[in-house]
Amino acid sequence: MIETLEKPKTSTGKTLRTEEMIVNMGPQHPSTHGVLRLEVVLDGEIVTDVIPHLGYLHRCFEKHCEHMTSYQQVIPYVDRMDYVASMTNEMAYVVAAEKLLKIEVCDRVHYIRIIMAELQRIASHLIAIGTFGIDMGAFTPFLYYFRDREKILELFEMTCGARLLYNYMWIGGLSHDIPPQFVEKTKEFIVGFKKTLQEVNDLLNYNEIFIKRTANVGILPKDLAINYACSGPMLRGSGVNWDLRRDDPYTMYDKFEWDVIVGKGEMGTVGDVWDRNMVRQLEMWESLRIIEQAIATLPEGDVSKAIPKRIRPVPGDAYGRVEGPRGELGVYIIAEDSVTPYRIKARAPAFVNLSVITEISKGAMLADLVAIMGSIDIVLGEVDR
Amino acid sequence: MTAQEIYDILKAQFGEAVLEAKLENVADPFIKIAAGAIKEVSVFAKNDERFQFDYLSCLSGVDFKGKLGVTYHLYSMTLRHKIVLKVEVPTDAPNVPSVESIWKTANWHEREAFDLLGINFLEHPDQRRILLPDDWEGHPLRKDYQTPEFYNGMKVPY
Repeated sequence: MIETLEKPKTSTGKTLRTEEMIVNMGPQHPSTHGVLRLEVVLDGEIVTDVIPHLGYLHRCFEKHCEHMTSYQQVIPYVDRMDYVASMTNEMAYVVAAEKLLKIEVCDRVHYIRIIMAELQRIASHLIAIGTFGIDMGAFTPFLYYFRDREKILELFEMTCGARLLYNYMWIGGLSHDIPPQFVEKTKEFIVGFKKTLQEVNDLLNYNEIFIKRTANVGILPKDLAINYACSGPMLRGSGVNWDLRRDDPYTMYDKFEWDVIVGKGEMGTVGDVWDRNMVRQLEMWESLRIIEQAIATLPEGDVSKAIPKRIRPVPGDAYGRVEGPRGELGVYIIAEDSVTPYRIKARAPAFVNLSVITEISKGAMLADLVAIMGSIDIVLGEVDR
Repeated sequence: MTAQEIYDILKAQFGEAVLEAKLENVADPFIKIAAGAIKEVSVFAKNDERFQFDYLSCLSGVDFKGKLGVTYHLYSMTLRHKIVLKVEVPTDAPNVPSVESIWKTANWHEREAFDLLGINFLEHPDQRRILLPDDWEGHPLRKDYQTPEFYNGMKVPY
């Protein structure tokens, strides 16, 4: 399509000299959501190639894990991987470690983990959508969402004392049981939050300007998404009905009733930026449904009963995966006869989802690249680890 | 499909290239494949009607002191079954055929394994470092790795 365009002419009738231009986007560009550098090859305003350069936030997570003195010490490190969804990171690690060690935890631990993970999913989606809205020129949803995210952080703070990096889920249990007023406060939050969700839905999702910016942009077809192993809202936005919580159940997600949200191409094509954003919006309603059921049927139990004092697994390996806010968060642990992990590899969903960016932004406008990047919802802490 | 059935089909198809398997009493059943055959096995695993492993969930490199290993976690979106494939190569000739042409997601995973462990993926279209700077020396996740004193004049150990 680009070749058929006629080159612009000067007043003397000569063709203007046009050539491809390479522009660096990042690592300090606000819409890269952290320290990502994109080398963008531009033909006028049309993107012909994108080469991502990562590693600006590489903190040697996997190397550090090999130098711990115990398996428990890894948990504060996984917290810092995806720093806006620490609970889910911990969950992935403890699910993998418990699989390796064959530890069974009581129902109450499962339920509390699910409540925390779902609250965390909402908190993470609030950042994703809020900042994405800012990228698209909508400032208000960001303020509304951050106000409500604060309430979730207060719930976490009430439970374990920390707002962002919790060290809450331990191998075999939890560091604390939930405080007595937690259930009441969570119910209060849900009532207020539903109003915000409805409000932002009216403000943002069906806003004409927002639709114009996002519909039919950055289309990710189904088979490409699977080939690139995209997961989470990225995959479901492309119309693939797949969610680890339902399709490879861990903890006790199979006890609850909820729906997997998939993109339908309501405003344009299936798998466009609008769809991915909408999947996140609607997923929060489903998370609320899970939390409501979980707090209504919360079983009794001792949350620290199954916590082992000393961990020395039988040599072997285990791959545990959970559905994080960004997709499949996998932790692969290799154990040898020692008290420290021999090797830990984190399969970060943002890292994998980002790898498809070159494919879906070719032929887009430079401004659309910002929309595409916002819709992937990367957290550089997780991409670079 | 169970791990045993997957193993039987692979064994019948590839014979000696399927080295060994551990299917019971492990967290994830795995099959060891001769490194040279991993690409053929992957093509088969993705395209065979009975397998349809269209989703490479994770690819990890690991240093076993003297040997380097690569682990592939495969999953099928349509049939909802999974299997783990493993290959091992000697550290002095760490060549593993790339599976990038089969699953595009392997591109970055393999770059990462090359970057941190120095595994050489044959026929990889763009094998560059991904997390570390291009001029970094050595592969940090190797067990015998020594942290350099200086990097571009900056002191490294803190």
